[in-house]
Amino acid sequence: MENIIIEVKELNTYFDESHILKDVYLDIPRNAVTSLIGPSGCGKSTFLRTLNRMNDVIPTFKKEGTIFLDGKEIYDPDVDVVDLRKRVGMVFQKPNPFPKSIFENVAYGLRVHGNNDKNDLERRVEASLKEAALWDEVKDKLDDSAMGLSGGQQQRLCIARTIAVEPEVILMDEPCSALDPISTTKIEDLIHKLKNEFTIIIVTHNMQQATRVSKYTAFFLHGEIVEKGLTDKIFIEPEDKRTEDYITGRFG
Amino acid sequence: MISMPRIISPHHAQKIMNVVLWGVGFLAIVILIIIIGYILYNGLPQFSLEFIFGNPVGSGESGGIWPMIVSTFYVTFIALIVATPLGVLAAIWLAEYAGESNLVKAIRFAAETLASIPSIVFGLFGLTFFVVFLQMGFSVLSGGLTLALMAIPTILRTAEVSIEAVPQSYKEGSLALGASKWQTIYRVVIPAAIPGITTGIILGMARAIEETAAILYTVGAALAIPMSIWDPARPLPLHLYILATEGVSLPNAYGTAAVLVLIILIITISTNYLVEKYTKKMMGR
Repeated sequence: MENIIIEVKELNTYFDESHILKDVYLDIPRNAVTSLIGPSGCGKSTFLRTLNRMNDVIPTFKKEGTIFLDGKEIYDPDVDVVDLRKRVGMVFQKPNPFPKSIFENVAYGLRVHGNNDKNDLERRVEASLKEAALWDEVKDKLDDSAMGLSGGQQQRLCIARTIAVEPEVILMDEPCSALDPISTTKIEDLIHKLKNEFTIIIVTHNMQQATRVSKYTAFFLHGEIVEKGLTDKIFIEPEDKRTEDYITGRFG
Repeated sequence: MISMPRIISPHHAQKIMNVVLWGVGFLAIVILIIIIGYILYNGLPQFSLEFIFGNPVGSGESGGIWPMIVSTFYVTFIALIVATPLGVLAAIWLAEYAGESNLVKAIRFAAETLASIPSIVFGLFGLTFFVVFLQMGFSVLSGGLTLALMAIPTILRTAEVSIEAVPQSYKEGSLALGASKWQTIYRVVIPAAIPGITTGIILGMARAIEETAAILYTVGAALAIPMSIWDPARPLPLHLYILATEGVSLPNAYGTAAVLVLIILIITISTNYLVEKYTKKMMGR
């Protein structure tokens, strides 16, 4: 049995009356990449945003069922959501650096969590940028605005910003959908590098990407998980007809 | 394809509209230049060291306007240090915390109404409330607070709009890193909205610095330099008004107007420059 970091049981979510996720069960193995695939509107992103409680800001959001992170229910009243998001970081679909310098973007999470030691910040910013394979491109212009970087660089900066706070899990919501193929390759290489240290959950519309980067895959359809398991297994011999139809491009 | 008989081809329409739009834009600038030019043309000949830095003689027939320049900065400063925090904090509350209740709609409506109330009404309120009821008398403080009331709605609305214009993705990025809502607001949202907030403060300041009616009943009309916030004063617009309406000295009225116009120009241009520099640093272009 794999080492499980996140355990989702009987998860149902709603926005107002509309039932988004239906009886979702999913175990996320530690220090591996799990892909969430499925057609638009199938609930993948909602699922992802439930894991770091980003849906909390939407007043009509309602959740039933349990989500355990290392055995602790993350929606318990005694869980500090700030603490949770420190442990479960997120990279968004569209690169969203802050309109600040490159340095301040990466230092942001550390500053927010009370680290103001200049030397320590410099050390961690450098380490994070190196880990995100961006250091060589930006080391001479750390004080320049992050908004001046290319889309791919901005996305790697967002990854650097996320790993700077040393999360255990990184959620990635279609991180390459706004990027060109070369930038996409760089992000995928980066995911390969990061998976030894972090648990990565990635939503993707790109089947090839799922096979390239992930060890596990879950296929969502109409808010339910149709099939889940090893990526190789799902893509080579899916058990469910609907999975096969989707991955061979017959719908979605 | 159905072809409709055209009165004018798109190509010609484009050309005509180009001329019209350029013409209107040009006209607006020309009018502005004529007004400012006229004031400066009549006012600048009055300029001398004595006029700028001297005390008025009599009720302003000759001598200088230094006390009025000081008074202007004094009341405007009071107005801004009161109106800026109130306006900006209220804007943050409206944009980020208040939601969309009926109370909020009422507040927004009230702010919009306040922004369009004639300034003489503010003056009257300042007279009854600050001068008489709170017993502040005719003073820099009464005048400054009255001007603050006028500036608040302007600052509030502009700041609110610019805070709301900050992309949701910045906020999500910050929250996802474990920042609290307030950390997100003061570390990401406000810095991103600073150019808009500054514009609001400048608009509020412009409203305060050029205001006559609102201070007419509240600040007194003293000719001496106010030494404290309790002293009466005579800001430039009020001095200008008195010089012109009481027929004291038309040339000095133009001189005073020119000083006022130059002060406003200097403040606006230098703020624009700083905002542009800030935006460039923030956005990298």
